[in-house]
Amino acid sequence: MSDASTGAAVARPEGLKGVVADWSSDQRAFKGVPWGKAMMWIFLVSDTFIFSIFLLSYMTVRMSTTVAWPNPSEVFALSFGGEPIPLILIAIMTFILISSSGTMAMAVRFGYLRDRKTSALLMLATAAFGASFVGMQAFEWTKLIEEGVRPWFNPMGAAQFGSTFFMITGFHGLHVSIGVIFLIIIARKTWRGDYEKQRAGFFTSRKGNYEAVEIMGLYWHFVDLVWVFIFAFFYLW
Amino acid sequence: MAQAEAHIEGQQHPIGIYFKIWGLLFVLSTLSYLVDYYNFEGYLRWSLILIFMLLKAGLIIAVFMHMMWERVALMCAILLPPVFIGVFIFLMTHEAGYTFSTRGMFFALGS
Repeated sequence: MSDASTGAAVARPEGLKGVVADWSSDQRAFKGVPWGKAMMWIFLVSDTFIFSIFLLSYMTVRMSTTVAWPNPSEVFALSFGGEPIPLILIAIMTFILISSSGTMAMAVRFGYLRDRKTSALLMLATAAFGASFVGMQAFEWTKLIEEGVRPWFNPMGAAQFGSTFFMITGFHGLHVSIGVIFLIIIARKTWRGDYEKQRAGFFTSRKGNYEAVEIMGLYWHFVDLVWVFIFAFFYLW
Repeated sequence: MAQAEAHIEGQQHPIGIYFKIWGLLFVLSTLSYLVDYYNFEGYLRWSLILIFMLLKAGLIIAVFMHMMWERVALMCAILLPPVFIGVFIFLMTHEAGYTFSTRGMFFALGS
């Protein structure tokens, strides 16, 4: 971080003293964090609450129903010719989303190194992983709908299973889909060199500044993060 | 850290750390899948699920989202508010338990 007037580096206290100093500095509170990144973080906190409320309502209905809850291990089992393997599709989806997070983290790194092509290609790989994730989710939805699961009914047991399943995975899938579109847009801007040429458009006005890639990355990692919780609470519990 | 990155506001770290975390996340996901595969039951299952979940979430936030390299002011602002979800969980477990017990009282169990 640097002093606004002189551009010289200013040493700031660390730790809890740093928290007090940063918040009471009569300047921006988040030193070294561009406003776009701070706003993405704040949005992610609000999104955390949305997904928490979904998972909490799922917990509440699952705990309070007197009807047996279907065993997700069997519901999401898939057979490749032989014995059905429990939960295998969900496991594959988990690995795909984690891989997409890995490529995204590297895209952020290459963006800051101003290696435009590598960064854009890694973002496109991330988008491809994300799109295949949504594809598998569509397959999973189709399978369950064919088996008669509805948001208001479930032939395998508690009706709340259907409601929470479509609600939680649907909202998460929507996040992934928006992320894929967002990724393709940022990858195109990066590939074309919008951030170098200060081409008109959002977040492109500062030359050679690739914080937009990191902001994109924050969103994408958050989508992966939410899946970690859905995987644990909805599929494994 | 503040001085070293004074010229640019961004996160630059060696690529190796991302590969390591990627691998770790794969291992942890495999372990949590095996919890289901080998059909662990009861408290062992739940505690293993929670441990692997929290480790994965921590790695993603700390390294992939670069939280461990941010200043404490941002960490507090982002990571402390979700703690209050714990209060909500506490409230709803009791609410759900109450609903369950009244359902047991007024309907025959299992209907």
